[in-house]
Amino acid sequence: MSAVARIWARMRTSKTVMVSGGILCAIALLAIAGPWISPNEYLTANFDNILRAPTPSAGHVFGTDDLGRDLFVRTMMGVQVTFVVAIVASVVSLVIGVLYGATAGFVGGRVDAVMMRLVDTLYATPFIFFVILLLVVFERNFLLIFVAIGAINWLDMARIVRGQTLSLREREFVQAARLIGVSTPRIIVRHIAPNLVGIVIVYVTLTIPQAILIESFLSFLGLGVQEPQTSLGKLVNDGTKQMEGASWMLLIPGTLLAAILLCFNFLGDGMRDLFDARRTQ
Amino acid sequence: MLRYTLRRLLGAIPTLLLVIVLAFLLVHAAPGGPFDDERALPAEIEANIAAVYHLDEPLPMQFLRYLGGVLKGDFGPSYSYRDYTVSELIGRSFPVSMQLGILAMLLATVIGVSLGILAALKSNSALDRVVMGFAMTGISIPVFVIAPLLVLFFAVKLHWLPASWTGSADASRLLLPVLSLALPQIAYVARLTRASLIEVLSSDFIRTARAQGLGTAAIVRYHALKPAMLPVLSYMGPAVAAVLTGSVVVEEIFGIPGLGQLFVRASLNRDYTLVLGVVIFYAALIILLNLIVDLLYGAIDPRIRRR
Repeated sequence: MSAVARIWARMRTSKTVMVSGGILCAIALLAIAGPWISPNEYLTANFDNILRAPTPSAGHVFGTDDLGRDLFVRTMMGVQVTFVVAIVASVVSLVIGVLYGATAGFVGGRVDAVMMRLVDTLYATPFIFFVILLLVVFERNFLLIFVAIGAINWLDMARIVRGQTLSLREREFVQAARLIGVSTPRIIVRHIAPNLVGIVIVYVTLTIPQAILIESFLSFLGLGVQEPQTSLGKLVNDGTKQMEGASWMLLIPGTLLAAILLCFNFLGDGMRDLFDARRTQ
Repeated sequence: MLRYTLRRLLGAIPTLLLVIVLAFLLVHAAPGGPFDDERALPAEIEANIAAVYHLDEPLPMQFLRYLGGVLKGDFGPSYSYRDYTVSELIGRSFPVSMQLGILAMLLATVIGVSLGILAALKSNSALDRVVMGFAMTGISIPVFVIAPLLVLFFAVKLHWLPASWTGSADASRLLLPVLSLALPQIAYVARLTRASLIEVLSSDFIRTARAQGLGTAAIVRYHALKPAMLPVLSYMGPAVAAVLTGSVVVEEIFGIPGLGQLFVRASLNRDYTLVLGVVIFYAALIILLNLIVDLLYGAIDPRIRRR
């Protein structure tokens, strides 16, 4: 069985993973298809139709905002941004974290000590404030936000991968491979890496909600995604300003954001139960 | 213990220095300067202004000058608040944030630990599932969603509590902001306490205590609680950082004149000296609190000190 098939077979045994993953897939599909099916445009303002409560008959399933823009399409655009952030930031933290952690763990010795000392130091620094500083100083763009969020989250990954590599290096099958003369790069690719896949998947899933949270936090403060683009955090912020007259503007994106985060957290917990050997005793 | 304390203190210094260097360099990389105007000044006058503010010196000199000021508590003047220094602005707004933060942390610890113990003792019961379901939801709902929702229900719909800081002068104005800040932390602390207490309760020395005939209450009180609290204690550092970050949003939502609001305003106004000062202040605060947690940890768990 290939590694992918093996992981999939294992995932199918967990109800938590399948249900939360299924809901997330459904939300993602809706977010992609929704703006496409809907007759409304996310940019079109209509001042005859301001702050209309959700009315399916008028074509505004989620109502309209204070500029008369259709909230269904805007919310779906926000969900798209949320998922893109989740993917890009996790890939950034995955690449940095795995490379850094595996190097430190495999090389060991003084190199490892220095590399991990740096991680400890960075761990104690409040990164979120640096991201804000970065966004104040430089022009705000999508790429900067994504990279900054990914750069916050790689520390956990590096620690975990390093710990795992360190223990794998001493295991019998690695020593046996070394004994029969397998080269170091081949040991890493054939023997160490496949045994890291499980734990890396678990921690990527646990990183995703963190990344989403940071993006929506920045957008809420007005430092993230800029108008006319939108994200769930920004929509919640718009909704907060209008909540006395138009509570749907807060409730719909707020609930959706919470639901997405809840599903990712459940997914992460379920994956940890499945793949993290240290937790399943 | 003394050696451990000294080592920890010395370990915090490079972190703080790294923060100051990074923040200083970032702000220095910002395009434009405070004296850039639409009407260009004559070169001689620009040179004179630069000399007065030491802008003509090499970067390392400027950094040392700034660092010297920071060590004396002087972060320079604000760019956007007339006649105020950064230190004055921080000094004026920090007490409000501190009040919120301390109350939220107290609430989170007391309620979170109690819920966690309850869930651990009745693990896999209906009560446990309710508490853990609540905790999972609490972790998943961001502060900036909880806070407006609380305002919507308790202030706008029910009129029980004031919706904003300026709407009232009594203690009731504290309730919603503190609750918004504390809820996610209650959830985290409850989960940690439950997991750790269940693990401790399954260890050998607890079985021995049970064999000696001790009741559950006594076992938890005298044997299990202290070791079970260690993971919770080490979470206190990140928790404080989360409450500080959360207060940035909560102060903005409730219109509270604290450090978080000051920081957001400064960020949106591109008030470089103020943002720089607040970032360094926050970083120093978080590093200090982490240090205190580390020392407490060492005081409770002797195994840590020997490492």
